Amino acid sequence: MRLRMPFARRRELPSHLWTQCPDCAEMLFNKQLVRNMNVCPKCEHHFKIGARERIELLADKGTFEERDADLTSGDPLSFVDSKPYRERIEAARIKSGATDAVITGTAAVGGVPVELAVMDFDFIGGSMGSVVGEKITRAAERALARRAPLVVVSASGGARMQEGTLALMQMAKILSAVSRLGDAGIPYISVLTDPTTGGVLASFASLGDVVLAEPKAYIGFSGARVTDQTIGERLPAGFQRAEFVLEHGFIDQVVPRAQLKERIAFFLAALRPKPVDLGWGL
Amino acid sequence: MRDPLAALREIATLGGRSPSEGNGHLVAGDELITDTAALGSARISAWEAVKLARELHRPHSIEIIERVFTRFQEMHGDRLFRDDPAIVGGIAELAGRPVVVVGQQKGASTEENIQRNFGMPHPEGYRKAIRLYRLAERFQLPLVTLIDTPGAFPGPEAEERGQAEAIAKSIEVMTGLRTPIVAVVLGEGGSGGALALGVADVVLSLQNAIYSVISPEGAAAILWRTAGEAERAARSLRLAGPDLLELRIVDGLIPEPPAGAHTDHDRTAANIKAAIAPQLERLARKATAELLAERYERFRRIGVVVEPAGEPVAPRRPWWKKVLGR
Repeated sequence: MRLRMPFARRRELPSHLWTQCPDCAEMLFNKQLVRNMNVCPKCEHHFKIGARERIELLADKGTFEERDADLTSGDPLSFVDSKPYRERIEAARIKSGATDAVITGTAAVGGVPVELAVMDFDFIGGSMGSVVGEKITRAAERALARRAPLVVVSASGGARMQEGTLALMQMAKILSAVSRLGDAGIPYISVLTDPTTGGVLASFASLGDVVLAEPKAYIGFSGARVTDQTIGERLPAGFQRAEFVLEHGFIDQVVPRAQLKERIAFFLAALRPKPVDLGWGL
Repeated sequence: MRDPLAALREIATLGGRSPSEGNGHLVAGDELITDTAALGSARISAWEAVKLARELHRPHSIEIIERVFTRFQEMHGDRLFRDDPAIVGGIAELAGRPVVVVGQQKGASTEENIQRNFGMPHPEGYRKAIRLYRLAERFQLPLVTLIDTPGAFPGPEAEERGQAEAIAKSIEVMTGLRTPIVAVVLGEGGSGGALALGVADVVLSLQNAIYSVISPEGAAAILWRTAGEAERAARSLRLAGPDLLELRIVDGLIPEPPAGAHTDHDRTAANIKAAIAPQLERLARKATAELLAERYERFRRIGVVVEPAGEPVAPRRPWWKKVLGR
């Protein structure tokens, strides 16, 4: 029998020398796994990776400059569930090493200067609250101001419940900024990684000029559990995976991690920001 | 426990008389509550609001449209797949002038609810809405949206047809729509499926409506691992009208009749009409660029973040780089 742990992460598994692939059950030597970009060499299972590791993979060496690193959540609702929201944030900070669920900054990808935003699933399930909304909006506004393309890599369970309707409104806030990029002729590339769901998929993640996804990434509006509970229907296997979404026409390509950077670079080279109209009618 | 109806009666006597201007850009008239202090001790609990917002006989979009507007002509279909009965829309007249109206439609009976899918739209519903938004923009008609949904339909066929993309597109189109938009939350504002109709220049809510990132039952199931904690979740999520006003999610509350909107559809509709007419009037006088800039700012400022002062300022770009757009 194959061992299935769909949401297990490399970091959560016994952190000794070996990691078992959740897909093919192969025992993988950690060093070898990292060298292979956290992709199982046997079955090509793409392990989840953190935002920092992702930036290492995508940005040209030494070009990433982080912005807005010190923005933190204000706990506007004083939310307490099984533990207070503030404690939850503190725990997530320790677990992921990030201040919230997205890291943003400027970088070059294949020599093209871009604004880069990378989400981190390790931070409260990559959930989108005020900080994620603010940081991605600022990245989009910077992209507009300096006419550089925007690249966003999503990994998120959706809006962050602990910030209530304020979290929901971040969808509108980010899309307001992203939609201005479209009007100004500045390219926006969206990369969907495992998992991209809920309010993140139902806003900026779906609307890139180019939308790419990693193989077998879980991509869906409502999680399978929600659908099961709400509708009482069991979902077919392979439902809401990257390949399924590709087949139904909502993403451009499924791109293996090893080719992701080069593919993004291709689109960045082809889609150049429209030059500013200086009003000379040229 | 306090009798919710008694509390409501109290609020009703307060009417919309608000001493101060709660949300900055709205001029508070008699028709709107813009300061929660006006509600005082009459403010009902979150769970009472959830129950009232879901009340089967609460007036839904069509009941409101028929009473607020005249000569409503419904328009059907997204021109791509089918007509979604969970979203209704078309052209109607307000004070003799045409407007485009789009709303989510629940049923008032089990039968009608099955036909309307309990007000849970499919992607084609949002695509119909987008078509009508574009129509409003093209012919320079103001747009009024009515929000009342438990959420977008989460079923497999909705996923196949791109529920997420449809909602995203609807939100995006509204952010840049070159015509005035007023949104009113009538009952349930269920997450992204509600926000797809909710990006407006003025967002109002009926006094006992709710607007939330997730249903209280859903939040309870995830956060407390039991749906039985829904009441607690409702309180924590701050989803009731007065909470929304305080969080500046909505710009004003529209008062309901003493015992709730479901007891008097005519009066509820009259209150809505009195609330939206002056807003449309005011917005119509604005230049499009100003309108869009203010709509951007309205959503841009939502959210609470802590940012330490004295952040290093990025070096200024040379002027020639700005000119060249590099």
